Amino acid sequence: MKLDTNTINKIAKLARIRLSEQEANDLLRDMNSILDWVEQLNEVNTDDVEPLANISSSILPHRKDVAKDINSTDEILKNSPDKLEGYFVVPKVVE
Amino acid sequence: MEFQSITKLKTLLNKNKISVKEIAETYIKQIKEKKELNIFIYFNEDKIHDQVKEIEKLSNDKVLKGIPIAIKDLFCTANMPTTAASKILENFQPTYESFVTQKLIEQGSMFVGKTNLDEFAMGSATNTSYFGNTINPLSKNDNPLAPGGSSGGSAAAVAADLCLGATGTDTGGSIRQPASFCGVVGIKPTYGLCSRWGIAAFASSLDQAGVFSKNVTDASILLEEIAGHDQRDSTSSNVKIPSFSKNLNTSLEDKVVGIPQEYTVDGISDEINGVWEDAIKSLEKKGAKIKHISLPHTKYALPTYYIIAPAEASSNLARYDGVKYGFRAKDAKSLDDMYELTRSEGFGKEVKRRILIGTYVLSAGYYDAYYLKAQRVRKLIANDFVEAFKECDLILTPTAPSAAFPLNEQQDDPIKMYLNDVFTVPASLAGIPGISIPYGKDQQGLPLGVQLLSKHYNEQEIFNAAFSLEKDYE
Repeated sequence: MKLDTNTINKIAKLARIRLSEQEANDLLRDMNSILDWVEQLNEVNTDDVEPLANISSSILPHRKDVAKDINSTDEILKNSPDKLEGYFVVPKVVE
Repeated sequence: MEFQSITKLKTLLNKNKISVKEIAETYIKQIKEKKELNIFIYFNEDKIHDQVKEIEKLSNDKVLKGIPIAIKDLFCTANMPTTAASKILENFQPTYESFVTQKLIEQGSMFVGKTNLDEFAMGSATNTSYFGNTINPLSKNDNPLAPGGSSGGSAAAVAADLCLGATGTDTGGSIRQPASFCGVVGIKPTYGLCSRWGIAAFASSLDQAGVFSKNVTDASILLEEIAGHDQRDSTSSNVKIPSFSKNLNTSLEDKVVGIPQEYTVDGISDEINGVWEDAIKSLEKKGAKIKHISLPHTKYALPTYYIIAPAEASSNLARYDGVKYGFRAKDAKSLDDMYELTRSEGFGKEVKRRILIGTYVLSAGYYDAYYLKAQRVRKLIANDFVEAFKECDLILTPTAPSAAFPLNEQQDDPIKMYLNDVFTVPASLAGIPGISIPYGKDQQGLPLGVQLLSKHYNEQEIFNAAFSLEKDYE
């Protein structure tokens, strides 16, 4: 058992996902079994092995850093659930 | 009426034996008849008729003129909504076209609709979709089967004759495994061959677009159209795309095909090992040399994947916050409340599970032990392939550890579900191309698939060998 309910709730807070008690319990069980399972990687000796972050074997080309107008404000705001005068609206953050 | 293949339909169209409008009507009818399979998240006849008018204006030399194509609902499309099979994007209408779909449009293809998938492509059975399961068209009435996943809707659409080609994405097997389950051809090209621009991101170092089709020739035609460099994806490769379809060649003289000993896994049925054996014999008969090889880190591929993919997903899915687009929870009192409720109500169970795993393995104190460790093992897995391809040109394996399983089979155990990808994940981690083609059937008559892999950018040899194997079933 790597995780307890407190840790699950802390991670959920970091990920901004609210969990019900039932969800937290189910996830605790699933995540502990997944974390136990991935533990087998510790059998592998990785001393002196570089972490692999980009798998692409081609040389990635550079491009000029030029600003391009690809979206209008209207287009960007079109999908927003709440907007006002060209801005996204969210609940009040300053009292 | 079925048109069998892209090449056959093109011939009919070029000889004026059929019009684009008639093609549209044929496929609309077929899609309506198969509605209960729940293959499409979005299907709208009017949108198809609108496209017909545009396509009719195009000259006949457009490679995909009038060809009906289904699009996995992970690709942003300017004329159809895009949901990623998630409630959180339920009402999302992209303002732009993904690179891949743009290329298909430019060549005159007709989009018949957006296909179902696992939510954000996280799953192996198309059973985590907010819009319900897709049913494998090969199911018998009393026993609905899963189409595989995550691109299950696209594979099923091709299998059910609702299109002649479909787009998919493959992060750990999401094209190859459903292709195997539905008895169609599915190719995941080299990482970077097709731009990821406009594809809802899951795990960016693994995500790759590809295609489903009725046969190998059609897959080669489609892939050469959607591949190519794109400035808007920093990992898009700037390589010359060969004319895969024109170069197709069945000759296997002097080719060495590697058979990895580690892919003989406990619990795999004799039928699967049987078709693998048949395919080996067939390649040998056609002139290939068979060589037994070793990919020693194979058994660590799945646990490596299930650290790296959730880690990247947790970062990629941070953008769904209810502010800019998509679903927003009601009645939030504060900004934090709004984020937490939106994401809690908007994401399904598997997506939450992966976001939380990813957040954990990236969190302070655990990053080195999990994420960096997994990236180091990933390097060893990729090196296994580099070494193997010094001795062979291609690698042949089964695609999936089983045929299509029943939809109602208990999927409570996430690890058991993850094992579906045991044969496909290593190639994803190494970024190498892979194809699944139908090869033989099990006792119940369900298709089984074999997978061919090769080194980076060697799609041509994969197509050639697949083209050659395909002849066994013509």
